[in-house]
Amino acid sequence: MTGRPAMDLLAVEGLAKSYGGVGAVRGVSFALAPGEVLALIGPNGAGKSTCFNMLNGQIRPDAGRIRLAGTDVTGMAPRRMAGLGVARSFQIAATFGSMTVRENVQAACLVHAGGMARPFGRADRRFRPEAERWLDHVGLLAQADRPAAELAYGDVKRLELAMALSGAPRLLLMDEPTAGMAPKERHGLMRATVDHARRNGIGLMFTEHDMDIVFTHADRVLVLSRGRLIAAGRPEAVREDPDVRATYLGGGLTFAAAPGRTEAVS
Amino acid sequence: MDFVFAQFLTGLAGAASLFLVASGLSIIFGVTRVVNFAHGAFAMLGAYVAYTLTARFSGPFGFWGGILGASVLVALFGAVIEMALLRRLYRAPELFQLLATFGLTLVFEDLVVLVWGPDDLLGPRAPGLAGAVELFGQAVPSYDLLLIALGPIAFGLLWLLFHRTRFGVLVRAATQDREMVAALGVDGRWLFTAVFTLGVFMAAFGGAVQLPRDAVNHTIDLRLIVDVFVVVVIGGLGSVGGAFVASVLVSELDAFGILVLPGVSLVLVFVVMALVLVVRPFGLFGRAEAPSRAVPEPGRKPPAPLSAPARLAVAALVAATATVPLWAGDYLVTVGSEILIVAIFAASLQFIMSAGAMVSFGHAAYFGLGAYGAALAVKLLGLPMLPALACGMLLALAGAALFGWFCVRLSGVYFAMLTLAFAQIAWSVAFGWTGVTGGDNGLLGLWPDGWAASPRAFFWLCLAAAAASVALIRALVFSPFGLGLRAVRDSALRAEALGLGRAPVQWAAFALAGTVAGLAGGLFVFLKGSVFPDSLGIGTSVDGLVMVLLGGIGTVSGGVVGAVVYKALSVWLISQTDHSKLALGLVILALVLLFPAGLGGLASRLAPRRRRAAAPAVHPAVGVGGAP
Ligand SMILES: Nc1ncnc2c1ncn2[C@@H]1O[C@H](COP(=O)(O)OP(=O)(O)O)[C@@H](O)[C@H]1O
Ligand SMILES: [Mg+2]
Repeated sequence: MTGRPAMDLLAVEGLAKSYGGVGAVRGVSFALAPGEVLALIGPNGAGKSTCFNMLNGQIRPDAGRIRLAGTDVTGMAPRRMAGLGVARSFQIAATFGSMTVRENVQAACLVHAGGMARPFGRADRRFRPEAERWLDHVGLLAQADRPAAELAYGDVKRLELAMALSGAPRLLLMDEPTAGMAPKERHGLMRATVDHARRNGIGLMFTEHDMDIVFTHADRVLVLSRGRLIAAGRPEAVREDPDVRATYLGGGLTFAAAPGRTEAVS
Repeated sequence: MDFVFAQFLTGLAGAASLFLVASGLSIIFGVTRVVNFAHGAFAMLGAYVAYTLTARFSGPFGFWGGILGASVLVALFGAVIEMALLRRLYRAPELFQLLATFGLTLVFEDLVVLVWGPDDLLGPRAPGLAGAVELFGQAVPSYDLLLIALGPIAFGLLWLLFHRTRFGVLVRAATQDREMVAALGVDGRWLFTAVFTLGVFMAAFGGAVQLPRDAVNHTIDLRLIVDVFVVVVIGGLGSVGGAFVASVLVSELDAFGILVLPGVSLVLVFVVMALVLVVRPFGLFGRAEAPSRAVPEPGRKPPAPLSAPARLAVAALVAATATVPLWAGDYLVTVGSEILIVAIFAASLQFIMSAGAMVSFGHAAYFGLGAYGAALAVKLLGLPMLPALACGMLLALAGAALFGWFCVRLSGVYFAMLTLAFAQIAWSVAFGWTGVTGGDNGLLGLWPDGWAASPRAFFWLCLAAAAASVALIRALVFSPFGLGLRAVRDSALRAEALGLGRAPVQWAAFALAGTVAGLAGGLFVFLKGSVFPDSLGIGTSVDGLVMVLLGGIGTVSGGVVGAVVYKALSVWLISQTDHSKLALGLVILALVLLFPAGLGGLASRLAPRRRRAAAPAVHPAVGVGGAP
């Protein structure tokens, strides 16, 4: 992970966004190579989600450039970004609640294949094996027929991941992907996702509060504090960084155990 | 030039009443999130009660006392309604409050006829203000000058109320953030009642002060509510300042529109409204609304195509219906045809409402365009029935594509109001363009071709059209396109992130639904042999809404059941009583209170719900926006 390839998958320069004069993200720059796993960490309100929202076009940056495989995609709409291979999950998971779990992934496959405009034929018969393969991949196959609205929150996160992966993305952004899961499940899901990303050359970027997950799975770590990057580098280096330690101690989180957060649904 | 100035003053004077009524609606919506459809009816009631009071007590004191007294009486009545009815509905989906207040409107319309009679009533002149003042060589009624002053004064008083009193501060806080008020320990129920009462007072006062200028009758409520919707949509729901600016704008457009586009001056207002909404989707001074709860209640099974036995049952039902003309008389068969036609209309509306969460308050526009398209194809082109029906559908498609392009940019209440506004444009064109549409007299003598002329043949034609339409719509719902429509409804955020844009999908669905509604409209022409502007009217739109809600918004084709029940009921009521609106209004109120999930929802409520209890069902509100 030392020598960077000639062309980055994602190159971000001077990204900035403020709300009512308050800088949520202030001049963030970094790059991501295909197959690389990058963790974006920082206390609550540091600007991680805002960063992600700019990366997939959800919100328009006030300043800065985003390049995807050399193409300037700054300010491009999310649906065009998706067409260029950017997939994401949301901090507050967003799925299609009235559909079955399987239909959620089928919908994602249909969009990816450009078949969503067809006004005839039964949608529930399209991409069924593909959908089930992705559900199996994230461990949701047993719940394929349930309405997505009934899933436990950790499973909703899994469903989002299956939907994102089914579009064969080049860049995958995951905002708190393991929220709501038990600690043991978290590692399993991250291991499978990271392996999949490395095998397929997907650039993977995630935010996470569970430091154990971060230091186990990330190739590199970016640390955000009040909208600024205060450290970036290999996990071991970042862990020892005094600024980072100060930020985290100030934010009430430590690197010791991996308490995770408590949105978990029992 | 002087004439222009006088016209300008007329516009300003008209703005006062509009502002009073609109600010009331806006205040009520800001706090309770209820779009009070009965607001125009409350204004009408204010005018009627003021008519009685000012007739009884004369002199300046009698006049102004009568106007204020009427406003207070109607406001108290509003308080009673709020406590007895609306309080039970705050937790229901926003549609049900609209439906309930529409039911109230129907009840009021018949009640005022019972009490005051059906004729126009002309109020007294304001004592001391009956004359006119000479301004720049033009005679300007003194009462107009008073109204011109009244608008800003009322605005100032409202501003003081909201910024200088504890009640006002609470109202503003509740408009911003309702949880915050709950945290402050204010009894929200009384705040809601107080706000509703204040809003109704404004409405009644606005209706009453118009008394010396305009005659009052039992139909002004609909005209008023449409004008007021336009004002609050342009100004921004919940913003009193916005209502003020917009009422002046709308009233001036009205005043000058008559000079520019006589006959269809109303169109100008709606065009301006559409433009404002395209540039500022939440009105000039409005704020973005949180998306409404689009996801159906938890525990509802995801919709699925009919199973083979269910298909057989439906086929048997259609076959049984086809036997109706064999044993029923002509009257019943004709009523049956009408029911089938409205079932097509309801099914088309349900398609965008249920699968698309697009609650249209102006679906009649496409029914009416289909009707006029078919009628004009016969009258102008001399086409036979079937090609004429196709022409009607094409016109409806064109209208739905044009209007829908603007509408799908909005959602929730704003979407509803914009669809209503477009329907009113279509209505005012049909009403005003007498040379082509016959205006109020309609177009007559439009009968089916020989092969379909008998009631039974026409019934079969309608049955075939209805079965085909419903089957087509169901197939669409379960096709990839329908899945996409449900996807953007459930979570536009997720859909966009996957690469599926919301607006194009909804636009296509809207245009399709309009086309099917156009088929219903065309058939309706040949059933009745005529077409009138009513077919595009707000009444037709609301009929459709009631049928869908009755059938169950969470179902795929419950609207068909709703149409059968509602149409049969209203045909029966009309045959039984002169006060069918009153009865229908009461039935709507009862249904809303008893079955908030519709008749279709009733079925699923009776079904066992074991899974729902077992499931953790923790699914944070979807589609709340990217950044938490
Ligand atoms: N839509 C918004 N409006 C106003 N402020 C926002 C909005 N979104 C985020 N913020 C602010 O920006 C900052 C960064 O938020 P966010 O990106 O969600 O942080 P994180 O994901 O790191 O917890 C926070 O202070 C938050 O309050
Ligand atoms: Mg976040």
